Amino acid sequence: MFSNYIFYFLSALALYSSVMVLLSKKPIHSVLYLTLTFFAIGGHYILLNAQFLAIVHIIVYAGAIMVLFLFTVMLLNLNKEERSPKPIWVKAAAILAGIMLGLVLIGVFRGYDLRLIQHPMESQIGLVKELGKILYRDYMLPFEVSSILFLTAMVGAVLLGKKEQI
Amino acid sequence: MAALTKRSKVVSNKKISFWEKIYLPAILGGMWITLGHLFTKKTTVRYPEVTREFSEIYRGKHVLKRDDEGRERCTACGLCAVACPAEAITMIAAERKPGEENLYREEKYASTYEINMLRCIFCGLCEEACPKEAIFLTKEIVKADYERDKFVYGKDVLLEPFDPLKRIDVSKRQTPEVLEFKKDKNQRHNVQ
Amino acid sequence: MLIFKTILASAILLLSLVVAMYSTLIERKIAGFFQDRLGPNRAGPWGLLQPLADGIKLFFKEEFMPNTADKFLYILGPSLTMLIACLTSAVIPWGPDIVINGQVFSLQMADVNIGILYIFAIVSIGVYGIMIGGWASNNKYALLGAVRASSQMISYELAMSLSIITIVMMSGSLSMRDIVNQQQGFNWNIWYQPLGFIIFLICAFAETNRSPFDLPECETELVGGYHTEYSSMKLGFYLFSEYINMFISGAVMATLFLGGYHFPFIDKLGLSPNAFAFVSFLVLFAKITFFGFIFMWVRWTLPRFRYDQLMRLGWKALIPLAILNVLITGVVILLNQ
Repeated sequence: MFSNYIFYFLSALALYSSVMVLLSKKPIHSVLYLTLTFFAIGGHYILLNAQFLAIVHIIVYAGAIMVLFLFTVMLLNLNKEERSPKPIWVKAAAILAGIMLGLVLIGVFRGYDLRLIQHPMESQIGLVKELGKILYRDYMLPFEVSSILFLTAMVGAVLLGKKEQI
Repeated sequence: MAALTKRSKVVSNKKISFWEKIYLPAILGGMWITLGHLFTKKTTVRYPEVTREFSEIYRGKHVLKRDDEGRERCTACGLCAVACPAEAITMIAAERKPGEENLYREEKYASTYEINMLRCIFCGLCEEACPKEAIFLTKEIVKADYERDKFVYGKDVLLEPFDPLKRIDVSKRQTPEVLEFKKDKNQRHNVQ
Repeated sequence: MLIFKTILASAILLLSLVVAMYSTLIERKIAGFFQDRLGPNRAGPWGLLQPLADGIKLFFKEEFMPNTADKFLYILGPSLTMLIACLTSAVIPWGPDIVINGQVFSLQMADVNIGILYIFAIVSIGVYGIMIGGWASNNKYALLGAVRASSQMISYELAMSLSIITIVMMSGSLSMRDIVNQQQGFNWNIWYQPLGFIIFLICAFAETNRSPFDLPECETELVGGYHTEYSSMKLGFYLFSEYINMFISGAVMATLFLGGYHFPFIDKLGLSPNAFAFVSFLVLFAKITFFGFIFMWVRWTLPRFRYDQLMRLGWKALIPLAILNVLITGVVILLNQ
């Protein structure tokens, strides 16, 4: 099937680019590879018939957050390799944490019902209408609470941005 | 203190009002002005097809005049070189040999006469200084070139053609006083 | 169906390229006329062959790449800009359906139900080409231009999306086709959302990096901004994509606010479906041309903003106004129910 090949291509792209995020020497390259990863994941969303999620994913992650990342990295001019080698215990802790996260994810997805994923185009949950109904009917409270969270973060940013002490 | 020009304006530092602060009226005003310019008559002269009209006394390339019999008027006196503020003129004088009377008007002539057109500022002081009316500025434009050497114009370029049909009319450049002066038979050079 | 889509895609691509090509000529002509000059008039009658001459010149210019540049990203920058500029046209409805041999074809590449969001996504990733190119040149001016471009784009994206939310609220759909079809005749969105239209227009200037918001390439301060180190056709791509962006943003504005391909009384002319589609397309094209003229008109009238003024306008004026607009629209919709 055609969409199978796209799936394999996108998965390979996502894996390759996320590995390259870690392996590339220049921070800018890392950021760009991460952006590529986000695009690959966005493609996966489209394969799952979740166009709204795909587009919002690209707008938020690739369009806003990664641009800010890129902006910061460029402004700090980190293109020279100035990172001091990390001590051995930091590396060990990082590897351990990574393995544990992987275990948790495997544990979560082992018991997961895979029927939906086998027929991705039947799922309507990622379309605007369905998503809106779910968000505003079933998950009204968490949705509004998260908006308050955003508001708090915005107020905090404004406070930090103000020069004079309050 | 009186204003230096009629258009001077007293600048004040007053707070701008809300209406001015939103800038939209000012922006629209500016855009209205540019829109007006869209329909004005364009000042461009489409050069090769249309040429701009020259003034009657335009000062362009020089010419070394000949007299009515086709003899060179220049006597290499050097007054033009002295008068030249840009020091663009050099010349070498030579004595007229017997048998050259139809070529040179007086006993002395300029064997070389060079004007450096890169130095020349086309002020016309050489023309004013010349007692023999030998040098005049014409309407012709000094052409651009690729090499600096080519801007040193010698007699081959400057001298007026011998052919009577190709003679250059400079009568417009001669002021009424000059014309009057030329008629004065008491002056020696007018008699000759 | 696939064949028709391919033809339509090529036609739209070709159209935007040709329009961009001739926009360069029209821009120079209009600049000349505004300044009491004539503009280019040597290549062909009225200078009509000038874009061709410019293109040939750009192709045959020396290809220069700085030694210290990041080679891959240096080439990726302009290509990405060009690619992204061409992507937006996919969701714009260029006209009503046409009928060929009894089959109905839609003059829209993809009628996705999230058309507006798609445009936002493309606009928001549009800055990558500039940032990558500016950084890869390894030049301080280019880097400054890139950094300016990114912060400017992020700032104005917000106000832009907020101004469109009102349109979405009124139409209740994210699909471009639906939004256009709700503006039949003279029932255009601009009459309901004048404030939103002005905000969107200003943001469109900023997003396409057009004067008075052309700070990323501000030649008085930054030599050439992000394309300082670019030459030949790579520079051409950057300049060209600006005009494509202009064309597309004109199309988006015409679609969202000026009723797209609708115009009063053209549906009462009694034309056959295909002729009607053609006339409708011409109407849309006229509206886009109108916006193109406004883009150029503003460019040759207004001086460039200072950077802090730009940021203040974006964050302290446009975003609060856009939020206010959303609020008013919400209240009015609620009262009308």
